[in-house]
Amino acid sequence: MRKRLVIIGAGMASGRVIEHLLAQDPDGWDITLFNAEPRGNYNRIMLSPVLSGEKTYQDIVTHDDDFYTQHNITCRFGEAVVRIDRVKKVVYSNEGGAPYDKLLIATGSAPFIIPVPGHELPGVITYRDMADTQAMIDASAKPGAKAVVIGGGLLGLEAAAGLKARGMEVAVIHLMGYLMERQLDPAAGYLLQKDLEARGITVHCKGATKAILGTDRVEAVLLDDGTVYGADQVCMAVGIRPETRIATDAALEIGRGITVNDQMVTSDPDILAVGECVEHNAQLFGLVAPFYDQAKVVAATLLGNDAAFQPVQTATKLKVTGVDLFSAGDFADSEGREDIVFRDPARGVYKRLVIEEDRLIGAVMYGDTADGSWFFGLIKDGTNISDMRDTLIFGPAYQGGTQADPLAAVAALPLDAEICGCNGICKGTIVSAIEGGAASLADIKAQTKASASCGTCTGLVEQVLASTLGDAFKMPAAQPMCGCTELTHEDVPRLIKARELKSMPAVMQELGWKTSCGCHVCRPALNFYLLADWPEDYTDDAQSRFVNERNHANIQKDGTYSVVPRMWGGMTNPRELRAIADAADKYDIPAVKVTGGQRIDLLGVQKEHLPHIWADLNAAGLVSGHAYSKGLRTVKTCVGTDFCRFGTQDSTGLGIKLEKRLWGSWTPHKVKLAVSGCPRNCAESTCKDVGIICVDSGYEIGVGGAAGMDLKETERLAKVATEQEAIDLTVAFVQLYREHAKYLDRPYKWLAKVGLEWVQAQVVEDLDNRAALIKRFDLSQTIYQRDPWADRATPQAQADFAPLADLTREAAE
Amino acid sequence: MSWLDIGALNDIPQRGARLVKTVHGCVAVFRTGDDQVFAIDDRCPHKGGPLSEGIVHGHSVTCPLHNWVFSLETGMAQGADEGAVATYPARVEGGRILLDAKRLIRGAAA
Repeated sequence: MRKRLVIIGAGMASGRVIEHLLAQDPDGWDITLFNAEPRGNYNRIMLSPVLSGEKTYQDIVTHDDDFYTQHNITCRFGEAVVRIDRVKKVVYSNEGGAPYDKLLIATGSAPFIIPVPGHELPGVITYRDMADTQAMIDASAKPGAKAVVIGGGLLGLEAAAGLKARGMEVAVIHLMGYLMERQLDPAAGYLLQKDLEARGITVHCKGATKAILGTDRVEAVLLDDGTVYGADQVCMAVGIRPETRIATDAALEIGRGITVNDQMVTSDPDILAVGECVEHNAQLFGLVAPFYDQAKVVAATLLGNDAAFQPVQTATKLKVTGVDLFSAGDFADSEGREDIVFRDPARGVYKRLVIEEDRLIGAVMYGDTADGSWFFGLIKDGTNISDMRDTLIFGPAYQGGTQADPLAAVAALPLDAEICGCNGICKGTIVSAIEGGAASLADIKAQTKASASCGTCTGLVEQVLASTLGDAFKMPAAQPMCGCTELTHEDVPRLIKARELKSMPAVMQELGWKTSCGCHVCRPALNFYLLADWPEDYTDDAQSRFVNERNHANIQKDGTYSVVPRMWGGMTNPRELRAIADAADKYDIPAVKVTGGQRIDLLGVQKEHLPHIWADLNAAGLVSGHAYSKGLRTVKTCVGTDFCRFGTQDSTGLGIKLEKRLWGSWTPHKVKLAVSGCPRNCAESTCKDVGIICVDSGYEIGVGGAAGMDLKETERLAKVATEQEAIDLTVAFVQLYREHAKYLDRPYKWLAKVGLEWVQAQVVEDLDNRAALIKRFDLSQTIYQRDPWADRATPQAQADFAPLADLTREAAE
Repeated sequence: MSWLDIGALNDIPQRGARLVKTVHGCVAVFRTGDDQVFAIDDRCPHKGGPLSEGIVHGHSVTCPLHNWVFSLETGMAQGADEGAVATYPARVEGGRILLDAKRLIRGAAA
């Protein structure tokens, strides 16, 4: 006879109970699962990556419909439970009852709402579930939307970072003197605040919310000190309290949460509780690790096995990409406690250890958290650290004479050291999975759940794999350029400059290339880095160029080519047009098209005709338009003051000057420019790599626009008064991009890495540097600004582009 | 075999290719970085890309259309891709490139 188990709440804790139950007794239970949310179980701690756009809802679903169907679980999603009848042993929602033999309450917690005036306005939400996350995503869709997050704790900061990543203007209001005051100390809180501010998030500490303003909808937040922050969305993340109403109504014993014993049983022997709604030994829980321990105990209790819940210390990490912080244990100042502090201001690293009676009792780290789990292990185990006190702060690599090798540190961890905090997985579990055949991170995730939740322990799991498997496991390092090297796109150009490597064989030899002559990924990149760094010494290698650049025309899907002559600033004349028309007739061009960059494209040219058509077009004064190059493509213009009644400057003239200065230069990716004569922007300057808008008082220069795979508006580099300054800034910007960007990164991608402010410091503010950049660009142009058509419209090239032999007239035998 | 002189080694740049037209389609003749020559069909079995225009690395070529990589020695697609192109006997003698005329005239199917 199957027993009936009713569960109220489909959260992470109850989901884990179901898994344990099914694993140990697949046929013993008829399970009915109520959930107030209209969906099943998902990984709630991953809502932040969903909010920031790094993951989708589908990525964080832990149990899908198939899972529930397959295990015959009756799902009553979207039904809030209203009453428990403990005498009849029935649970009721508004849609009817469900009888139980055992009942599990997993109602979680409810967020606090500060009852200030205006807290009920539309647009004020908490950050608790998928619906809240979706509401924030929707709010961010409005251009220029503003958000205020009330609460600078873990959840509030993840919400703030996510909203900022979605493009909103974000202010965080925090009541206390520094952020995350329960997990951090003031120094680490300061570094965190600095990091967030550098991302453009406003942080207001010691801010008490007085009222939320608005008529039909939230419009602003007013603080006690009189500050007002505009807001299209307000997110309250000030704390949670256990959701106990249903248990209170059923007259179960309640403290701050539903009281449970070590077996997770409430005051009614047939009712258990798990998760954020429970109170155990007067303690509440808010992190996922103890819930998973509780879930194990709940399953054991239901199956009649012995188990007891024992809370363990937990450590905290903030799930905001690019922010490294770690805190564990107790680090309040107190009598008899001593601190060891390490600071490296240049790197933004801060570490603090709190020691009491020769034992580590607390650790806070910011900026470099690699040793976090080792410190955490010392705290949990109460290890006597007197022997290693002098070097303790430097981490496990410096203890016991071992080498400064992170693998050695992981290898030295005992088997019961916790690796995955979310899932409470210790090193021993991972090692036994590896001994059972698991050989990759994916295997470990599938078999042990380690690193399957928030993922911050992924690096550690990989180190356990590496230290257990030895050479059989290759540590994924930073993404290398390609399979020929372990070095990244950041390393290689740096080493080319530092070691003055001036040829491809020199690079491959000195940097230890694993292949004899590279591959189609690294060769074009190396060719670019070398010619950009050493224009006078390096010889361009045609065989390291993609076919388009080698043949100075775009290859099409049928192997024919398209040919685009340059039209400076989009200007042409009847003579050029006649020459293009004649060429189209002569070479039987099947299609003639005007491109998006104001040029004419001749499509469908046979390869062997290329040197001939170039010669004909050259004769009419036309040169290659480089429509195929990782270099300057076009400078799009409007007609400016010549004809337009709104035009403020000679935009066409400026476009032509820029194109004549920049053409022929090689860049990490294609580069497109535009010059508009007025803010009506007919040349579409605001989505170009460099876009200039002429206004009455001068020139507004925007950079980092895109209109391809990504859509991005330019950001304002500078506004200048004269045309010469506009040209200088553009040239300096392009040279800075040539010298620093990774091959195949368009300027907008590069800008996202280095930041507009750094670029402004280099080319706008530092006049000497600007001049030096321009000088280096012009030097390169003395060598590379050549029309490839003129170079190759020779009898030799005409022969090279033709077949080597024609055997079509040889008869078959 | 009946070896046919189709041109000088120096008619092909190192890590480059030239075409030989046959009644069955174009054959790409490659010269690798170590001055060996290989002849394979010029059409990538994926979408017909001209392999002669690909980047040559080691004894492999990458199709310029969608980056399939083929061994010049066996004609087999490398990595996760499946498929092959026909190969033809080729050698260098006294700075001249020699191909097997019978194979070229009969085509890959024979």
